[in-house]
Amino acid sequence: MSAVRAEGLGRKYRRRWALSDCTLDIPAGHVTGLVGPNGAGKTTLLNLAAGMLPPTTGVIEVCGGVPGSGADQLAKVGYVAQDAPVYSGLTVDEHIELGARLNPAWDAGLARDRVHRVGLHGKQPAGKLSGGERAQLALTLGLAKRPELLLLDEPVAALDPLARREFLQDLMSAVAEHELSVVLSSHLVADLERVCDHLVVLVDSRVRVIGEVETLLSEHHRLTGPRRELGSLPGDQEVVAASHTDRQTTVIVRTTAPILDPTWTVGQLGLEDLVLAYLSKPVPNRPALEVLR
Amino acid sequence: MIWLTWRQARVQAISVFAGLAFITVVLLVTRPALEATSEFSDDEALYTATLLAMYLLPAVLGVFWGVPMVSRELETGTHNVAWNQTVTRARWLGTRLGAGALTAMVATGLLSLVVSWWASPIDAIAGTDPEASFEPRVAPLAFAARGIAPIGYAAFAFVLGVVLGMLLRRTLAAMAVTLVVFTAVQVLVPTLVRGHALPATEETVVITMDNIRGLSGRDGMLNKLTVEQPAGAWVLANETVDANGDVAATLPNLSGCLPPPPTDRGAAPPDRIGVEQCFDRLTELGYRQRITYQPASHFWPLQLIETAFFLALSGLLGWFCLRRIRLLH
Repeated sequence: MSAVRAEGLGRKYRRRWALSDCTLDIPAGHVTGLVGPNGAGKTTLLNLAAGMLPPTTGVIEVCGGVPGSGADQLAKVGYVAQDAPVYSGLTVDEHIELGARLNPAWDAGLARDRVHRVGLHGKQPAGKLSGGERAQLALTLGLAKRPELLLLDEPVAALDPLARREFLQDLMSAVAEHELSVVLSSHLVADLERVCDHLVVLVDSRVRVIGEVETLLSEHHRLTGPRRELGSLPGDQEVVAASHTDRQTTVIVRTTAPILDPTWTVGQLGLEDLVLAYLSKPVPNRPALEVLR
Repeated sequence: MIWLTWRQARVQAISVFAGLAFITVVLLVTRPALEATSEFSDDEALYTATLLAMYLLPAVLGVFWGVPMVSRELETGTHNVAWNQTVTRARWLGTRLGAGALTAMVATGLLSLVVSWWASPIDAIAGTDPEASFEPRVAPLAFAARGIAPIGYAAFAFVLGVVLGMLLRRTLAAMAVTLVVFTAVQVLVPTLVRGHALPATEETVVITMDNIRGLSGRDGMLNKLTVEQPAGAWVLANETVDANGDVAATLPNLSGCLPPPPTDRGAAPPDRIGVEQCFDRLTELGYRQRITYQPASHFWPLQLIETAFFLALSGLLGWFCLRRIRLLH
């Protein structure tokens, strides 16, 4: 069962492609981080998944349905857009009432408890809330709707580091409690490191890498050794990034096979290094070599 | 959905109905004085104010109720909240469009009812006395401020505001464009369309001393005649036609009708007999005066047609809105 499945998905704004040729499969039941620099197409992908935006090319399927195709589909997907928009003229209580009236599966107990726990005052107009409180209110609306999939676009961007940690912890406990899938975007890997078990890296409107965090970490290696040409690497080692000094070469490779070359010092990568490696300029394709062992 | 619609629009709704209540009180207080008299020259200011209120209300509803309904959500990003509840966009918009248009129609209908009632003594005089200084209600000035047509205008202005707010996505710009488009329609319909909505009555009369109401010319040359008009009618044309029944572009050069040109000092000013002879000769030459008008009896049929036209237009725009909202992002 896929939470989000896309094939050849693309979206064009006037002349610019915000997302192109995106093929991915995000499994259900996971917390998936969507990382990429600003303008990489994260928001576009989330908007497409929420049905806020129709695709220009390709298809996208969310929880087994076409995004935004009807009330049933809307019930399955919760979406907290960038900057956590709320009605500034409505109070916190009125937002909760809005959710209760517009969602048949509304979990009133959850909403009430959450509002109380995060310290929101019911009578306070949403326009007077701080960025963090607004994010909490928007998340409450998204969670109490009891969707199968929750999409969060930069949910912590407006929060200070402490509030960020609390928000994400809170999100994680809600995820564990209600068994929902989450896709959340951020341009900061550190935010995602603690909470995501899946990762999608978007660069220049394309998917650069996608997979389970654990697998990704075990498949990527940092190789350090005397300076050499990259052409001499075995063909099953995909070079993600490379840098040279006068005497030394550092490459980040992806391979499922063990590293046998004894001239390399093999190091493990953290998630942040891994993402940064993908964000840097891609290494031009080298001709695939026969594997010589 | 109704709850949210009401919650978001209640301030605007209450202000409009409070305004209506105020106008109603003023008109209730001043009405007894109208009934007691047939001399309305003191009431001209209030009469003009009622016309103004009737003209303004649909425009205000379109600009301040219709436009922000969608554009404000797009501007503040709250469409992301609204469209991600378990309610389709079509239902979200349909409810607001329906409730808004209905409220706008009720508000305008109420004002029209009160204003029509208040002005009925004036309209009665204007409908029977061709010399009355107020226009009859079938004529454009009062027509748009009486009866049921304003209900059609209100629905149209409101839906127009929603459509433009949706297409332009910017509240302020959409407000300005709505005002311009609505005003243009309100000017074009009476000048180009309404007169032809029902076949106008045509009457061709002989020009006589009794029915002549105006004649003008230059340098002793006659170029325009007007004759007495039927009471309470909206006159579309009052023109002189020649023997073939065509509108006379020029009138024959007859002496005696008009004062001589100022250069001709010796000539005497026209007397009654001279003018009479002048008309007789015009008649001999086959000239007649043709009056084209919508009679007072056409008031309700025209109101019905116009209301239906504007409601149909609103329905069409509303349908477009509901189709279009799916593609909006």
